[in-house]
Amino acid sequence: MTNFRVPGRGRVQHGKPVTFTFDSKTFRGLEGDTVASALLANGVHLMGRSFKYHRPRGPVSAGSEEPNALVGTRRGKGQFEPNTRATVQEIWNGLQVNSQNKYPSLKFDIGAVNDRAYMLFSAGFYYKTFMWPKSFWDKVYEPFIRSAAGLGVSPSEPDPDHYASRYLHTDVLVVGAGPAGLAAARSAASAGLRVTLVDENAEAGGTLLSEPQVEINGQPAWTWLASELAELEKLGVRIMTRTTAIGYYHQNMVGLCQKLTDHLKTPDAATPRERLWRVRAGQVILAQGALEKPLVFDGNDRPGVMLAGAAQTYLNRYGVRVGSRAVVATSHDSAWYAAFDLAEAGTFVEAIVDTRQEPRSDLVTEAKRRGITVLAGYTVTGTSGRLRVSSVRVNKVQNGKVLEAETLTCDCLLMCGGWTPSLHLFSHTKGSLQWDPEAQTFLPDRKTEDCQIAGAGRGLWGIEAALTDGRDMGAACAKALGKSPAVASVSVGNDRPGTGVSHTELPTDLNPGKARAFVDYQNDVTAKDLRLAVREGMRSIEHVKRYTTNGMATDQGKMSNINGLNIAADALGKPQPQVGLTTFRPPYTPTTFGALAGYHRGDHFEVTRKTPIDGWAEAHGAVFEPVSQWRRAWYFPKPGEDMEEAVSRECRATRASLGIFDASTLGKIEVVGPDAVEFMNRMYTNPWTKLAPGRTRYGLLLGDDGFIRDDGVIGRLTNDRFHITTTTGGAARVLNMMEDYLQTEWPDLKVWLTSTTEQWSTIALNGPNARNLLEPFVEGLDLSDEAFPHMSIAECTVAGFPSRLFRVSFTGELGFEVNVPARYGRALWEKLFEAGQKYDICPYGTETMHVLRAEKGYIIVGQDTDGTVTPYDAGQGWAVGKTKPDFVGKRGLARPDLAAEGRKQLVGLLTKDGKTKLEEGAQIVFDPNQPIPMKMVGHVTSSYHSVAAGRPIAMALVEGGYSRMGETVYIPMPFGTVEATITGTVFYDPEGERLKL
Amino acid sequence: MLLIRCPYCEETLPEMEFTYAGEAHIVRPENPSDMSDEAWRDFLFIRSNVKGPHFERWRHSHGCARFFNAVRDTVSDRFLTTYKAGEPRPDLASLLSAAGQSESEK
Ligand SMILES: [Zn+2]
Repeated sequence: MTNFRVPGRGRVQHGKPVTFTFDSKTFRGLEGDTVASALLANGVHLMGRSFKYHRPRGPVSAGSEEPNALVGTRRGKGQFEPNTRATVQEIWNGLQVNSQNKYPSLKFDIGAVNDRAYMLFSAGFYYKTFMWPKSFWDKVYEPFIRSAAGLGVSPSEPDPDHYASRYLHTDVLVVGAGPAGLAAARSAASAGLRVTLVDENAEAGGTLLSEPQVEINGQPAWTWLASELAELEKLGVRIMTRTTAIGYYHQNMVGLCQKLTDHLKTPDAATPRERLWRVRAGQVILAQGALEKPLVFDGNDRPGVMLAGAAQTYLNRYGVRVGSRAVVATSHDSAWYAAFDLAEAGTFVEAIVDTRQEPRSDLVTEAKRRGITVLAGYTVTGTSGRLRVSSVRVNKVQNGKVLEAETLTCDCLLMCGGWTPSLHLFSHTKGSLQWDPEAQTFLPDRKTEDCQIAGAGRGLWGIEAALTDGRDMGAACAKALGKSPAVASVSVGNDRPGTGVSHTELPTDLNPGKARAFVDYQNDVTAKDLRLAVREGMRSIEHVKRYTTNGMATDQGKMSNINGLNIAADALGKPQPQVGLTTFRPPYTPTTFGALAGYHRGDHFEVTRKTPIDGWAEAHGAVFEPVSQWRRAWYFPKPGEDMEEAVSRECRATRASLGIFDASTLGKIEVVGPDAVEFMNRMYTNPWTKLAPGRTRYGLLLGDDGFIRDDGVIGRLTNDRFHITTTTGGAARVLNMMEDYLQTEWPDLKVWLTSTTEQWSTIALNGPNARNLLEPFVEGLDLSDEAFPHMSIAECTVAGFPSRLFRVSFTGELGFEVNVPARYGRALWEKLFEAGQKYDICPYGTETMHVLRAEKGYIIVGQDTDGTVTPYDAGQGWAVGKTKPDFVGKRGLARPDLAAEGRKQLVGLLTKDGKTKLEEGAQIVFDPNQPIPMKMVGHVTSSYHSVAAGRPIAMALVEGGYSRMGETVYIPMPFGTVEATITGTVFYDPEGERLKL
Repeated sequence: MLLIRCPYCEETLPEMEFTYAGEAHIVRPENPSDMSDEAWRDFLFIRSNVKGPHFERWRHSHGCARFFNAVRDTVSDRFLTTYKAGEPRPDLASLLSAAGQSESEK
């Protein structure tokens, strides 16, 4: 195999070989190589197959804009990443790299048959090809699209890496460490500002890394670079390489993704793979340079065809010649210098083909001096070679006429169609762009953020221009931040200034309808596709984009947007600014989900709130369920029990003797103040004025629309103090709503609200032996039914702990809820559990709680109600204080639709066979024989097997339910239609005798 | 992420600390029962949904927990000002001209 490495050249470590594999074959590169530069050094251009046509492709660029050379990298188990740019991934010993979109092999790929059927895949092919017949959709089209869609293969194992995130505040953030960025950082830092300089490359320097011939202030470029970086360090500039500014957000917040370990063979296990930075900057300087455009001609995607600037980078930065016989095709001066560099390094330059009739004379003279043929006023009309370009077809263009073809032999074709300022981040800010007719490109116009664009990003060309502009923009930022910077003069030698012209697809003497002239390489969009889209009626550039998918690949059209716009504008017969540009969106380059998720994965994805009694439940074998953010004991299975058996046992034990339940998650709000009762009257439906201290009441909270928001038992401790309980999930929402009314509608009320959910640990005791267990522990309170009847509250001590004791029941049994300060919760629980052994005390979880309450017809807000249910719909009309002049929701309840007949009402359902348990959420119909789609008249809200009733029970919202008692409804299910009878919602102890023990 | 100035804390803080709370200056009527169905419907549901400067409420949920008002341009997402609940609507014209001034200074 030929070696294309140029000894001693570039910034790679010539004495440090590195071996890696590509498609299981071992290759040798050097430390400092990317996958692409190392493969090119081995003469390998073919690195992938294209997405749609599976055409063989090689790298066209040397940077993150690369559309073709996408590979999969494997660093270890679970550490597979698809679609990595071979031009960015650095190599290390043992790195495994695989090509994509090929089967069975890269060189022989069956999918390439798509290429021959390309007529089928033209613009809009998804819309046209898969139209009909309808029956083909499931079996033919969808599987085809699914298997063909997507680039690469998704990783299938959990990602063992970890990711970090950080915030950073800086005076000036400079994006891009090329000459403009370096000079900007220097200006700002010299003025005494905190400066952060970031670059996506492995090292700082930007264009300087590809142009070592430049002399800055009398020093060779790389010498100047090293001393400048050292100077910046001394000035305290934070320099971050391998760090991509992925998005530019409001008020100068820029997101950075810093890659920390992908370039290392054995990273420190403590080092995160990537770190996401959220940077808030006083001023932002965008010094991102410009991206080279390809020329658009037939066969411009063949491996070996690449951007001239990329070839120059491979040579000067990596010491790699991309071929031994080059043709250079260009419409810009810059490619001439690439040709000269390559010629000097030993590549035979067959010809420089310039589309311009009269290229710059000094360039022509220099080419002639080197013996390079110059073909001026030429077009490129084709290439040949199966897996690598072997010749180029070029034609003289005279007076707009394409003359006969000449064939040039080569193993690489270096093209340049001009340069596009990289304004992606600027576009994220909605900064506007203005078409520059001279530069034939968009330049930044009106800014929305405190930022400056420096260097090639605003159309300036050459190292001297970049350095000067960077320096001045850095100074401008310093001034904006109130500093007076000193600016030094810059002198640059061997600079390579240049200009060029812009084209649509190049003219050809062949049938343009047959040309495979690619505009968007990654999405396989050709010039012909764009013209077809316009012919078929697409007028807006946004429609052209979506119809052809031009610019919609993972590179967001970094190379293709301006070429695409030129062609679309030409087809539309409109100037480019009238056609406009599509929007760029974050991220600038593809970003891992890991980086975005940061620490929020696994156990840290969401907080898990645990009660003080959680540890006891865990030790006693509880199965848990998440309830809002709480982890709650669901049931306590004994060995060999399944869920149903455990729940049945817990229900039986509680009703027979005694159950103990951790109710600590109940939301709690303390309402205090002279106007507390007035506030309660306004917030809740119920009247509170006559509720005596020491008594509790079921409270119902509505929105002003009249629908149920929350409920809970509320105790009045003193005249000016209420202890509210809310649903577990509703606590924060309810407090927010109360604060809203209190702060903004009734600021005159003297009331203070405090969330006390976590301050109290709440233990519920239920069952006929509840008092027998509790009584010996209580001091300062007579627990008898006469002294402390159902719905009472008192302060006392329980087992020596200060307590707020409720006599309340959510099971229908004699019940108490003991609130003690959270830190005593577990101790009290353990004392009660121990003493309860003589009553066969049974710990139960949320499932048993649900069953027991359903047997009594107690509703759960959010399960039996859904935000469209009024108190009357839910059978809670008794809780509405109709004589109060106002409360939140009172006027809402009088809205015509809420007062109308035939609303869905909460009823009980008993299945006729007495065995089938209905599914919660199942839809209900009155007539099971009606045609589909049937009229649905309600749904099942709660459904359980009830031990007490000896059969399944359910609650449901049914249209006009109250007037349909005893009627039959039908629940169509996949296994057949279930019949059920409408009943009341109380299935157990309807008289409530058991509460009064 | 936006930066929002809490008029109570008198500090400009990250959006994360705040919760949006709907359009501002919609006052709950003194006697809702006296209102027509149409007027009550408008109070509950009808919002201005402007393109441009919008009077809206925010709550400094993870700070002082106070509700306050803001004028935010719904096109640019830029806050023109924030002010305490109960204070009158600020004059839009002078807010806009102040914002325009700082815009042209850039
Ligand atoms: Zn505040």
